[in-house]
Amino acid sequence: MSNIEQFKNRNVSEEYFLVDIEDYPTDGWGKFKRVVKRTFQGELFVGLWVVLREMIKFDIHTVQYPKEKMPIGPRYRAVHEMKRLWESGTERCIGCGLCEKICISDCIRMETKIDENSRKEVSEYSINLGRCIFCGYCAEVCPELAITHGGRYENASEQRAHFVMYEDMLTPIDMLKAGQQQEFEGFGAITPHEDERVKKTPLAY
Amino acid sequence: MSNITINIDGREIQTEEGEFILNAARANDIFIPAICYLTRCSPTLACRICLVEADGKQVYACNAKAKDGMNITTSTETIETERRAIMEVYDVNHPLECGVCDQSGECELQNYTLEMGVDSQSYSIKDVERKDKDWGHIHYNPGLCIVCERCVTVCKDMIGDNALKTVARGADAIENEYKESMPKDAYAMWNKLNKSIIGLTSGEEMLDCTSCGECAAVCPVGALVDTHFIYKSNAWELHQVPATCGHCSAGCQITYDVKHTSIENSDGKIYRVMNEWNYVSLCGAGRYGFDYDNKVQAKDEVAFAKAVEAFKKADTLAFTSTITNEEAYILQSLKEKFGYKLVNAEAKAFQTFLKNYSEVSGTSLYGSDLTQTHAADFIISLGTALKSDNPNARYAFNNAISMNKGAGLYFHPLKDPIIDGIGKNVMSIAHAPLTEEAVLYLLLDLFADKSKLPTSVVEYIGSFHSLKTVTVEETIKEKVVEIVKVKKVNEETGEEEEVEEEKTSMVPKKISKEVQVDENALLEIVDAPQNFSESLEKFLAKKESFSLIVGPDLYTHPNAKNLARLVALLEKYSAFKLVMIPSLTNTLGVSLICDLDDARGTYTVGYNTKGDFTLSALGEGDLDMPALNQQEGTLTSIDKRVNPTNAAVGYKGYELNDIANALGLSAKLTIDYTVKLPACKGFKAELFDNLPNRYENDGTEVRGYVLDILSTETSATESVEAITDAKLDGTIIYLANPVRQFSEFTNVSANLKEEIGIYMSESYLKTSDFNAGDTVKVKTQNGELSTKIISDNKIEGEIATLPTFDSNLNSQALFSGYRFSTATIQGV
Ligand code: SF4
Ligand code: SF4
Ligand code: SF4
Ligand code: SF4
Ligand code: SF4
Ligand code: FES
Repeated sequence: MSNIEQFKNRNVSEEYFLVDIEDYPTDGWGKFKRVVKRTFQGELFVGLWVVLREMIKFDIHTVQYPKEKMPIGPRYRAVHEMKRLWESGTERCIGCGLCEKICISDCIRMETKIDENSRKEVSEYSINLGRCIFCGYCAEVCPELAITHGGRYENASEQRAHFVMYEDMLTPIDMLKAGQQQEFEGFGAITPHEDERVKKTPLAY
Repeated sequence: MSNITINIDGREIQTEEGEFILNAARANDIFIPAICYLTRCSPTLACRICLVEADGKQVYACNAKAKDGMNITTSTETIETERRAIMEVYDVNHPLECGVCDQSGECELQNYTLEMGVDSQSYSIKDVERKDKDWGHIHYNPGLCIVCERCVTVCKDMIGDNALKTVARGADAIENEYKESMPKDAYAMWNKLNKSIIGLTSGEEMLDCTSCGECAAVCPVGALVDTHFIYKSNAWELHQVPATCGHCSAGCQITYDVKHTSIENSDGKIYRVMNEWNYVSLCGAGRYGFDYDNKVQAKDEVAFAKAVEAFKKADTLAFTSTITNEEAYILQSLKEKFGYKLVNAEAKAFQTFLKNYSEVSGTSLYGSDLTQTHAADFIISLGTALKSDNPNARYAFNNAISMNKGAGLYFHPLKDPIIDGIGKNVMSIAHAPLTEEAVLYLLLDLFADKSKLPTSVVEYIGSFHSLKTVTVEETIKEKVVEIVKVKKVNEETGEEEEVEEEKTSMVPKKISKEVQVDENALLEIVDAPQNFSESLEKFLAKKESFSLIVGPDLYTHPNAKNLARLVALLEKYSAFKLVMIPSLTNTLGVSLICDLDDARGTYTVGYNTKGDFTLSALGEGDLDMPALNQQEGTLTSIDKRVNPTNAAVGYKGYELNDIANALGLSAKLTIDYTVKLPACKGFKAELFDNLPNRYENDGTEVRGYVLDILSTETSATESVEAITDAKLDGTIIYLANPVRQFSEFTNVSANLKEEIGIYMSESYLKTSDFNAGDTVKVKTQNGELSTKIISDNKIEGEIATLPTFDSNLNSQALFSGYRFSTATIQGV
């Protein structure tokens, strides 16, 4: 973190210099002369030559999408995921509805009911990806770290409204068992040193 | 009560002598935190958070009365410390369940915890296991309960079931050190809280009450929740539609809480009904019977064309009183245009009763309302099965007796354990059916100003009195002089010797005495209990405000006319303020707006009742109509108020207005007629959109408008007829619904499922050969039906009741108008 110092120097005048820029032509004749000059100077062919030269070299740097994909940053906000608890494998979402409430494009809808164990159960959950603006508020508000963003950014569809359902977002149980569930590091993730900031409640056990 | 001025936080406010400081503050938009207090109920001092300083002394705002010139500070440093400590105590061991709790977002514990800025906890105690309780329509989670006792209070002081109480929690004692270290009030409040939890008065496992749900409504936290609503929706997702309940004539203000049906279906659906419980209390029908909307997906053009044809062919429109004033106006307009007969027997009976009443009283309507009944301290109910005919009249009866140190007389042939359970200050008089006139004569005798009553009436009443010589046993003290021998020490000789002494003593002695007493034969006719006169004397001590409730039994009584005149005399010449219970939701509105006929003609269009062509909001007729929760319009309540109601959920079919338009009337919307309701009947020319529907902070009801009471022409004399000695004897049946049922509309509600059959009290079943579940044939001179016996512990005595909420039973056919009938009941 020591080289952060270089950014702290905001004294621009030390490093910057002015480039030499020709004055802009002001009259019509001057402008005409500039056009003619630029057209016949052959600059166009310089560019074309560069392309041709690199093509012949076969030294290609672009990503071969969709065959090839760039790794996505851990904080990237793409299609949502629903996480499970590591120990028990149960779904983290408790159905509190905060994500539904906070969503500024109003694209989350959910239905809840009481289950056989008298707990609140999410019976249906959908996000309209056509409306979602991937702002991350839902992930941030979620008290259970249940809803997060994921790295799946491909969600083109023929219709403007298209939905992702709870089951599609939920970590498959075998993936969880294989230890492949990834914690999200972006919006809503626990900040470092959280433990130190928590005030403990006295309990009389 | 006089006006006084008090000063709260530097603001001068006007209030009434004896008003609680809290209520005075609230009426003037001054905030004082308060959790356990319920307006209209007694203060319990459970929470103590309403501490204020009055003239330098700390008092509880909810039970300290305002005095002229009082200086009140709502917040001082010590008070703030107390309040914060109180909120910390409430948070001790409160589970962190807000994420799933049904109260979240409207939870007073959340609100006050934030309000008092509780960000850390100083107290702790070992928790005790507190198991969830399934109490039927209510679910109790003691883990969330803060023992504010609001549920207990409302059930006792308002509803009158007294079904809940505090029971022992079984917790360890609070550690001693807290007694010293904690703020005093917070400690006292904790001490009480730590000892109790809520349980059932009956000691049973399941709640058995009149199931109003008011306890769950007033619960500040998620401890008491309506079972049907558990985990269904968060409060903040629900959109509130202000409305008026459509099930009975109380016309309670409610809001329908609405949101989309499901993820796929965006049509509105009612999730629950809420009320301003500080000012209005609902019954179970209003609270749970909200799902009676008629789900119609499209306009059925064929059926509509047939309906218009049917109207063209018909000579009679028959309907029930579960319609709005505007619809009643449309029907009346159609009558005026096409000469239809308008038939609605129940509204016709009430209309006639009102007319006969007016001929003596000189007023178009009875003078009082339920608000005044709440404030009375002596109440008489006559001719109504109070708790099922109009639950709010029953609440008023109970509330007035509980809160105003009041007393009441309940005249009804059908004994009611709920009414008897109100307390010793209620006397039930189970007179025989058909003796209602005698009851009214008795009331005139007891309460009317005889110097103003017509002399013929006074003379007639006098004829029931006679002087009777009775032998009374009296105990007197008699002086008895005895000669007794006592041993005494002779002072001179020092020896003990026997001497005779005279001793007087007072001994009680019973003697018989002949005295002349006044005997009132009316008491015997109405089967008044032995101690009637003595009890009444006690009841009447220090009473100032009298209220009389009369109900539907009178309207269809064979001598209804005479009863109406007697009721009018009583209102006119006694201190009683009168309120009449209209039999159904909008019976009053219909009877004012429509010019009703007696009998049907040859071809009838029925609206919510069977006709040759039937329009039905229940979805079972030839053309669908919207139910009352899908309509805009106004309903006229028992309080003579024209209350607006709104459409809670959508309706895509045709409505009455469409038919009327097809027949040549012209109004874009049904509510265009609101402004046209007849002024000659007391309605006002108000636009629907201008009608308010709310309560002010001081409890003032700002809903719609109150009908004008007009003066009417009186008949030449105030004469009334003598009583007949008709009385129903033998096996008697009564036409009445169980609580929470009023009509087909409550019957279709999934939350209110009630078994249909003939209801008999437990004691009746025990003493007779009948058993619950048996099928019996019930026969009267008008007809017969077969049905199942249902045991009902909400009635007493030997009168069986037949309900009307399911038209398949067709129970009305057994009666000739009057709600009682003799019958034979036989097992089959
Ligand atoms: S905020 Fe989290 S826990 Fe709450 S409903 Fe949304 S996903 Fe579930
Ligand atoms: S009662 Fe209130 S504080 Fe308790 S869990 Fe429910 S919402 Fe939270
Ligand atoms: S159940 Fe609710 S209303 Fe009743 S005492 Fe507990 S918190 Fe108060
Ligand atoms: S539902 Fe009504 S009657 Fe029953 S316990 Fe609650 S308040 Fe009392
Ligand atoms: S049925 Fe009557 S008492 Fe019950 S909530 Fe409706 S209007 Fe009120
Ligand atoms: S509101 Fe006054 S003690 Fe609770």
